[in-house]
Amino acid sequence: MKLEDFELGGTHLKSSDFKQGKVLTTEWEPNLKYAWDNGVAIGRYLAELKAGRIIARICHKCDRIMLPPRMFCELCFRPTDEWMYVKDTGVINTFSIAKVNWDASRRGPKEPPLLPAVIEIDGASEGMGIMHMLGEVNPKDLKIGMKVKAVWKKPEDRTGSITDILYFKPVTAKRKTKTKAAPKAGGKR
Amino acid sequence: MIKRVAIVGIGTTGFRPVTPDVSFRELIFEAARKAYTDAGMEPSEIDGFITTAEDFMEGYSIADEYCPDQIGAVLKPTQTIPGDFIQGMATGYMMIMTGAYRTIAIEAHSKASNMKNISELMGFAQDPVYNRPLRETPHAVAGLEMTRYLFESAASSEQCAQVVVKNKMNAMRNPYAAFGAEITEGDVLASEPVSLPLHRLDIAPHADGAVVAVLADEDTANTLCETPIWIEGIGWSTDTPTLEMRDWGEAAYARLSAEMAYRMAGIENPAALIDFAEICDEYSYKELQHMEALKLCMPGEAAYMLESGATSYQGELPINISGGARGVGHLFEASGAHKILELVEQLRGHAGARQIPDVNVGLAQVWRGVPTATGAVAILSNM
Repeated sequence: MKLEDFELGGTHLKSSDFKQGKVLTTEWEPNLKYAWDNGVAIGRYLAELKAGRIIARICHKCDRIMLPPRMFCELCFRPTDEWMYVKDTGVINTFSIAKVNWDASRRGPKEPPLLPAVIEIDGASEGMGIMHMLGEVNPKDLKIGMKVKAVWKKPEDRTGSITDILYFKPVTAKRKTKTKAAPKAGGKR
Repeated sequence: MIKRVAIVGIGTTGFRPVTPDVSFRELIFEAARKAYTDAGMEPSEIDGFITTAEDFMEGYSIADEYCPDQIGAVLKPTQTIPGDFIQGMATGYMMIMTGAYRTIAIEAHSKASNMKNISELMGFAQDPVYNRPLRETPHAVAGLEMTRYLFESAASSEQCAQVVVKNKMNAMRNPYAAFGAEITEGDVLASEPVSLPLHRLDIAPHADGAVVAVLADEDTANTLCETPIWIEGIGWSTDTPTLEMRDWGEAAYARLSAEMAYRMAGIENPAALIDFAEICDEYSYKELQHMEALKLCMPGEAAYMLESGATSYQGELPINISGGARGVGHLFEASGAHKILELVEQLRGHAGARQIPDVNVGLAQVWRGVPTATGAVAILSNM
């Protein structure tokens, strides 16, 4: 048999055939719902965001202050030891200037770009922090290493979500922030 | 050349209807940490990792990307098998047999409680053109199969109800099981009809939980532990997904996966050689249908064997001493993991109040649930 003999055939289609509904397809809209248990670490993290604070978790074996917090250290592979509040300031590790939305639609000419960024939070171990959005900044001024601070929702509007922080904005050079040792949070796991 | 592969460590969280206190990561960490401690190892000493998960069950696309941290697999070779734990174990077995890996960890978990419309999710697994537009409950697929199985085997709904009574009673002795209860055949038959002949109590409820096991080659296993639990045979198979063409009476996937595992283990007469079995009873009739497919009895004899008490706790061939899916709960891709866990505990002599005396060879069999026709079998021994 020739390879062509294995082809199952079909009909050549024109775009008009689709427009006239001559080509049948099957549509289905899934209706799937999930409610993920946040658990100990993320549960506390979100509750603290609602209270306007950022909390991390310490592993005494490798001495990392982990943000977002986790109840186990993935490197030492043991339970982590302690909660610790960190600041709501940090530096930009990396950023992007997004001109399209979540659903891939293009943002209008008058809509400002979205500015996702990874922010290394002051008090957490190097390279750890929060993935969030930047605001009150001209995209042209963005730089890696830029100091930023959280802009929070009003307390009454917070729901215990990462969006309880609206965005991070640049800290002006004039306002000097002294780095004080972050206070340790109470409570056990 | 690698000759044998053994389970050298196993850990679990146990199984509960809901686990709102922990995230899936925290759940899995607990099972993994217990497994590695049981094996006397750190995850840094394990050569490769396999997780088992389905994106739609996790509620994440590319869910396998989220697996490394909680199993200690950071920056290590890891992969996800979209199938049951026993299928993942088969992959781990083969990886060790290549000689390229000495040790492999296998993980499976269920967070069924986080899926808020499981019926819709299971319906979404049906063929979108032929079957889904009919808008049948996914349990109807099992109802259809039960009707045909009862017709071919001459077993009765009452006998299927006895499977439920036995397994829920067995679960009373299993601290990992959440659905232990003393009920009667009448309770099952009087429970709400779902897709007849299936009643509500014929169907396993869902449960959450995680299991992690560590596999090792023969030399490593012998240095690591006194009682390695050897994988003597493993097999898996899939019948056609087409509901219109499937053999509804016989569980062909179970027969073929058992034949594969028996061939590998050199077992000619499974009924005589196997001391106990954990087999899929996600729907009551499945235990009977699977017993026949696994050749633990002759076709049509499973119900009589059940009635004679041969498959009970003190019978000749105890089946689902753990309580099975009726007693422990249906765990989706972790279903096989709970069965392997039971085999390991029994073969190590660590099964406490439900320990069967003098057992050397156990069989675990799993089915991936409606509407699938996929199953896997593993045969483990302590010799």
